[in-house]
Amino acid sequence: MTHLGYLLAGWGLTIGSGVLYSAHLIRRGRTLAARVPTPRRRWMTADDQ
Amino acid sequence: MTKPMAGDSIEQSPVGRRVSTGSRATFWLGAVVALGVLTLILLGFFGAPEDDQQQDAVRMIFVHVPSAILTYIAFGATALGSVMWLWKRSVWWDLVAHSAAEIGVIFCGLTLATGSIWGRPTWNTYWDWGDVRLVTTLILFLIMVGYLSVRSMGDDDATATRAAIVGLIAAVNLPIVNRSVEWWFDRTLHQQSSLTDGNLEDLTLFTLVFGIVVWILFFAWAMIHRFRVGWLERELRTGDLDEAIAARRAEALIDSQPQNGASS
Repeated sequence: MTHLGYLLAGWGLTIGSGVLYSAHLIRRGRTLAARVPTPRRRWMTADDQ
Repeated sequence: MTKPMAGDSIEQSPVGRRVSTGSRATFWLGAVVALGVLTLILLGFFGAPEDDQQQDAVRMIFVHVPSAILTYIAFGATALGSVMWLWKRSVWWDLVAHSAAEIGVIFCGLTLATGSIWGRPTWNTYWDWGDVRLVTTLILFLIMVGYLSVRSMGDDDATATRAAIVGLIAAVNLPIVNRSVEWWFDRTLHQQSSLTDGNLEDLTLFTLVFGIVVWILFFAWAMIHRFRVGWLERELRTGDLDEAIAARRAEALIDSQPQNGASS
């Protein structure tokens, strides 16, 4: 396969950024959801629900 | 029954019950996106044929073009949310605008980065200041970074209004970026629209459309989570404010008691 280095850089950067941003969103959401009282948590669900 | 305050929220989250911005629907949406990305990797690297001129470098199209289209969608959503905020003063739309802007900036940055990486093997350069699409996309990126900077300056309505105006200025640039390869066709290294020019082979076109669909599904997933994060941040701020007001009222009540006792 030609240009493999460029391909890995472009694909890796894109997918890696998507994964990192997703992880950041989930983590931030969990931290905030734990601090906000239940009645104020609209649309949120707990793991056991 | 007393109204719960932000300070006692930890006690309301029993150990083992982890709350999050996710739901059953977002879990399955995320699973579909993950499966879609894996399929796209297989199609992009092993399914789609190489190009006669660009050889395997053409496989960059499957991440570059979907990122560019997602940028348009995200900044379009920011513009819509900004208009609705200015018109209706709707917090819901303001959160939509802010969430879409954050996701859009990431994908606009990725569009520039993947385009630059793709440009080296095909145009023999990472960047060309004479290319209208490159420069207009960079301007769009910088305006939206400015949007996020404005948002970081405060959480009040005035800041949201200033950000909305920046979001609308960026929206003016969207059609310029999109049409630039046709309006200034002699001042760009870019080709015309890859989707509509009819030059792509069937499996390449299918993989490209598949990539765009996966990216749009990711946008939907990220928007739901980012919106809920924004909502929680807002609830935390207003909760803290309620708590501060209640504390100040309690202090005022205590302060007034000795005076009442002295007068009786």
